[in-house]
Amino acid sequence: MNFIALRMLMADKAKYFGLVFAFAFSTFLLQNQISIFCGIMKRTGSQVRDVTDAEIWVMDPYTEYFEQTKALKDTDLFRVRGVEGVDYAVRLFKGNPTAKTAAGKFAATFTLGLDDATLVGAPRKMLLGSWEQLREANSIVIDRAGYDLLYPGEPLELGRVLELNDHKARIVGISDAAAPFVSFPVIHARYSEAIQFQGRERKMLSYVLVRPKAGLKPETLARRIESETGLKARTTAEFAWDCVVYYLKNTGIPVNFGITIAVALIVGLAVSGQTFYMFTVENLRQFGALKAIGVTNTRLVGMVMLQALVGGVIGYAIGTGMAGVFFEATLNKLATRGIVLMWEAVVGVAVLMALVAAAVSLLSVRKVLVLEPASVFR
Amino acid sequence: MIMKTNESHAVTCRTVRKHFGEGESRTEVLRGVDFHARLGEMTFLVGPSGCGKTTLISVIAGLLEPSEGEVDVLGRAHGSLRGKDRVEFRRRELGFVFQQYNLLPSLTAAENAAVPLIADGMKRGDAVKRARALLDRLGIGAKATSYPRFLSGGQQQRVALARALVHEPRLVICDEPTAALDHETGESVMQLLSSAAVAPQRAVLVVTHDNRVFHHAHRIAHMNDGIITQITSPS
Repeated sequence: MNFIALRMLMADKAKYFGLVFAFAFSTFLLQNQISIFCGIMKRTGSQVRDVTDAEIWVMDPYTEYFEQTKALKDTDLFRVRGVEGVDYAVRLFKGNPTAKTAAGKFAATFTLGLDDATLVGAPRKMLLGSWEQLREANSIVIDRAGYDLLYPGEPLELGRVLELNDHKARIVGISDAAAPFVSFPVIHARYSEAIQFQGRERKMLSYVLVRPKAGLKPETLARRIESETGLKARTTAEFAWDCVVYYLKNTGIPVNFGITIAVALIVGLAVSGQTFYMFTVENLRQFGALKAIGVTNTRLVGMVMLQALVGGVIGYAIGTGMAGVFFEATLNKLATRGIVLMWEAVVGVAVLMALVAAAVSLLSVRKVLVLEPASVFR
Repeated sequence: MIMKTNESHAVTCRTVRKHFGEGESRTEVLRGVDFHARLGEMTFLVGPSGCGKTTLISVIAGLLEPSEGEVDVLGRAHGSLRGKDRVEFRRRELGFVFQQYNLLPSLTAAENAAVPLIADGMKRGDAVKRARALLDRLGIGAKATSYPRFLSGGQQQRVALARALVHEPRLVICDEPTAALDHETGESVMQLLSSAAVAPQRAVLVVTHDNRVFHHAHRIAHMNDGIITQITSPS
């Protein structure tokens, strides 16, 4: 009977395409908005995740996310180093000095000052030059997007000079740093120079980066540092998630995306539901004839559910394809870098669409179940 | 008039009553029908509109429950069949020809005719093959791959007839099979019904208004106001 169900579905082209379109549109919008939302939220912790040679971040107890820093005392570094299980602990400065090109173009930046001796926290993905050249005086590494912002349309080139707080700094490397939440250039420099770019304050130590000794879990050491120093210590994953949570709680971004996602779901449900219901109602006489001939209710329910499922699966596949094309087209654009179609969104939307298809078919199944087979004689 | 079950009877109705609604809206449609249709015969059920013919065949087909009385079809009391058993009985033992044909527009003539076999679990290919052979016998084999919208009314009714006979049911129930056809086409459909459907172990029950085709009946049950008033044989 399955082929009969599918023939019935596809024979009514207007409703079939309407049903498929509703599922496709809904799928595309949901996958698109969920992926963009998650991509943007992920950006809030980009600079935290980019540090791969330390696993714990130590900060002021009231720090809630990466951009919000209150400088620690220089002695805090030594207190952290004194905690049992610390392999090494180094300082990290984070500031937002303005960088200006020789042509006069300028932009606020995320400037990270790395421990002079070890350069822990330096960008490991380099497009041009080397992060090890940061050891040279007045040198900086800038990320690709920041370079394009300051030198739009110009080829990548080392040796260019930026002015930061009346200090001249030479670009010795161009990194592929993960996109930050706001589109500031990401600049890496040595700690001793980075604090000069910002302008000297009494305390400049933003974070202490820590690596635990081999065999010790970062979570265990982080809790130990907290209890022994009174400072806040978070593993990389915890701190990156803290950043996401802060933006979720304190901005309107989730509400905006939430509304779009809800609208996509409601429109998908309403349009596909109405279309499929109309399709079933218009085919009631056919279902009635089948019922009179001796097709069981179970079989008819199976037919209706198959019709909804096929409409849903085809629509979902088209919608997922559209989302894939969208993210493929935007993959290499600097503004949208790092925002990709997430497999979690693909799977999650598949579950949602299955629920929508089930809800849609239940509405119609009821109509078929209560159908009086004797109605075909009227 | 109380009727006893007889082995030669395909259908036996004993004091069958059927009403719809309750209270002030209660309508008595069947008021105590006593009736039988014999195997090997074509029995017509005739009467004015609203006399209860369609309700009676719906009750006989097991599509409606009688409010009172007993209905035996092919030796089985309807009351003893419930749920899936009743549906299965209908699928295997009964064939239907509807006034409006009720063919599925998305299926070809052969596929439409094969529906009862497919519904009973036969493989689609085998079912369609068997349906094609029957369409050939009914003189419409050339249209086996045509969709209903490309068939005339007479051709559609032949496909509906094939659908009613393809699974070799023992009781064929036809509801106004000629009502939507002109006289000539109606006559040819009835001839086909007589030749293809009437068999020693099969009964055909036809509801009709069309007195031009009464001569095809072995017996005619006249119905009025919810009861059988007279049984006659055509002259």
